[in-house]
Amino acid sequence: MKDIKKPGKQGGLNAEIQSRIGHQLRAMYDDVVRQGVPDRFAELIRKLDGAEANPQMGNAGDKNDGRD
Amino acid sequence: MPLTDSLRDDILASVPSLRAFAISLSGNGDRADDLVQETLLRALANIDSFQPGSNLPAWLFTILRNLFRSDYRKRRREVEDADGSYAKTLKTQPAQQAHLEFEEFRQALDKLPQDQREALILVGASGFSYEDAAAICGCAVGTIKSRVNRARSKLSALLYVDGAEDFGPDETVRAVIGGSGG
Repeated sequence: MKDIKKPGKQGGLNAEIQSRIGHQLRAMYDDVVRQGVPDRFAELIRKLDGAEANPQMGNAGDKNDGRD
Repeated sequence: MPLTDSLRDDILASVPSLRAFAISLSGNGDRADDLVQETLLRALANIDSFQPGSNLPAWLFTILRNLFRSDYRKRRREVEDADGSYAKTLKTQPAQQAHLEFEEFRQALDKLPQDQREALILVGASGFSYEDAAAICGCAVGTIKSRVNRARSKLSALLYVDGAEDFGPDETVRAVIGGSGG
């Protein structure tokens, strides 16, 4: 494996700045991730899921899934 | 593959990171959520083309990224929302000092060329491997590596090298008034 990283090789970029940038980037990102799944998306998938599952059930009489 | 319960759950589980990716790319919460919605619609409409056992997040990110790029081309003349509406999408408002630093970072990120920004986010925040990021962006692994490196150098120049550029609110105001002629 040739591409072992050599710290400090990238002209002037020091490790501390790089780790700070990485930290800020992840902080920004994770802040959104932590918000979880907004209702609109859970709702959307639930609806589409139903639409997807149903078209072939022309005879909806014995829908045996009974969970809802 | 058909949409099984577990696949549906996996798609739902990817929503938080899809939103984070969309917001990081676009800097705008409302637009990001529209992108995520469109991504989910496309994904479910094309679920048959998803290969079982392959990387679902990477597949979804690819859809979102492609949507963003076509959308971006349409919108690039519109005035970008540069006044911190991104921050308003956050639940926890950071303290004042941290908030300024955050805005500064956000603005620096927006200054990167799109190719570099997306590569940096995918590798540095989403946690994809270089290989997955390359697949998502449809380019070579080496290209992703060099984009990430250039993104990092540029950010560090913008944020930590003195006099690189002025990020003050004045510039934001000018960008809004002047139509962000970049």
